[in-house]
Amino acid sequence: MLEVDIAVRRGTFDVDAAFASDASIVALFGRSGAGKSTIVNAIAGITRPVRGRIAIGGRVLFDSSAGIDIPPERRRVGYVFQDALLFPHLSVRANLAYGEALTPAAERFVDRARVLDLLGLKPLLDRGTGELSGGERQRVAIGRALLSCPRILLMDEPLASLDAARRSEILQYVELLRDELHLPIVYVSHAIEEVTRLADHLVLVSDGRTVAQGPTAQVLVRPELRPLTGRFEAGAVIETRVARHDETFGLTVLAFADGELVLPNVDALSGEPVRARIRARDVSLAIERPRGLSVQNVLDATIVSLSEEFGAIVDVELRVGSTPLTARITRRAAVQLGLAPGMRVFALVKAVSIDRRSVGFA
Amino acid sequence: MPSQAELEVLALSLKVAFWGLAGSLPFAVAIAFVLARKSFPGKTLFDAVVHLPLVLPPVVVGYALLVLFGTHGPIGRLLEPLGIVFAFRWTGAALAAAIMGFPLLVRATRLAIEAVDPRLEVAARTLGARRSRVFFTVTLPLALPGVVTGSLLTFARALGEFGATITFVSNIPGETRTLPLAIYAATQVPGRDAVALRLALLSVAVSLAALVVSEWLVRRAARKRHA
Repeated sequence: MLEVDIAVRRGTFDVDAAFASDASIVALFGRSGAGKSTIVNAIAGITRPVRGRIAIGGRVLFDSSAGIDIPPERRRVGYVFQDALLFPHLSVRANLAYGEALTPAAERFVDRARVLDLLGLKPLLDRGTGELSGGERQRVAIGRALLSCPRILLMDEPLASLDAARRSEILQYVELLRDELHLPIVYVSHAIEEVTRLADHLVLVSDGRTVAQGPTAQVLVRPELRPLTGRFEAGAVIETRVARHDETFGLTVLAFADGELVLPNVDALSGEPVRARIRARDVSLAIERPRGLSVQNVLDATIVSLSEEFGAIVDVELRVGSTPLTARITRRAAVQLGLAPGMRVFALVKAVSIDRRSVGFA
Repeated sequence: MPSQAELEVLALSLKVAFWGLAGSLPFAVAIAFVLARKSFPGKTLFDAVVHLPLVLPPVVVGYALLVLFGTHGPIGRLLEPLGIVFAFRWTGAALAAAIMGFPLLVRATRLAIEAVDPRLEVAARTLGARRSRVFFTVTLPLALPGVVTGSLLTFARALGEFGATITFVSNIPGETRTLPLAIYAATQVPGRDAVALRLALLSVAVSLAALVVSEWLVRRAARKRHA
């Protein structure tokens, strides 16, 4: 259990953060400059809050009223920085050993061979840090933090300086860590795909405040938070399970409480939980069941509300049974179809619009 | 070839310069770290005091040392029972060289420490290293090339120290007569021009060697960082 309730003053910028979670991955999500890094720095003990309390698994790291402020070196917090921050004068091997050597024998619960194996670090051991690619640097940084046997892993935009291919690679490693090491992770990001894919619990940070928190799917679907979660990227997140794979066409069928979704094959076993994000702009609406259509997902839905905005675009909030979904359509389409709250419609989602990047394994 | 006496002068100079550097290095590194990484009230004044020997006439520094560390000086009197004597000894020459070279050493070291990304130090702390360990395993190794070049420059500067030395410990052959003092002494006696010239050439050769080594070390460090 991670408990944070702090106020940090940084020059003219104040950060007030309060959240608690025992999810395996908590995401701090918000725009650049929202105060996310300040919050993780406070957890790590790098930035000192003016008041508040921080505890991990019942162990108090900071408590202004009790006068507790454990220095960073004794917090047992692993920190993966955006630009890795490997020690340039040390080899990869020595970088990895740095924190490990400082861990008392009784606290060494992380198996070195396992970490090297999970992160594919063995071939890199004898290299200098200057001979690593961006992705490799980040893997070494993660390994270095893990080998210091932390009780929690903080990752501050670990993918921000990587290209798309490397990002996906590191994301897979993070998923592996979550599943294999059972180490709670605080993941800072401003990229919604990363957050959807990884995090069970989402803390939305805006302007130095934690404005919303809860299960990722529930927070991202709240329309009043849309200006903060991103207009262009607006969409719904649906918690599903793999129902079956269609070998003939290379498709996967995901089942959720109120229906099924078809999408191109994902690498998951039947019954495995999967989080699927469906962007509002990938959802079309029809007032009659369409025929002769290539779209593979046709969901019975009810209109809950239409966003009251002027301009060309309308966001239509839907429920498929009890599952929320959002469709982004033109105002003209909404008028032509006479859409109104309470109406029954069909929501159309192209299978190919739900790609690998939109899917996370819970 | 230099004569036996000239080689002795050179050996004394090297001894004085070496111990002057070795004695001041720990203090210089500590002060450079404080100036590079800490902020405290009076920092500007402290910085100015450290740099004072750079702008004061050397003879003033020598006089101050004489007053403080002389046999009757407040510090000299305290140290004498402990067997530490600076006045009119080669150790005094080393002290004078150390004080005069100190601003140079602090400056070079401070720049080298400032060039180390402080976030690397933060990273080391999150990995479990106390501040002192961070300094010796991250900050100092990364600043080392700068510290080494600063040291060589200070060493070369110490070899040339004249004003403070002659004021503080006088010009005693075999004890405090370093290269510059020997050259000065030779110029004061008619007919010793050849000796002065030979000592001057020796001085040029040693200083040049120090500069070449320093340059070589800088390049090597730069190559290493690129690799």
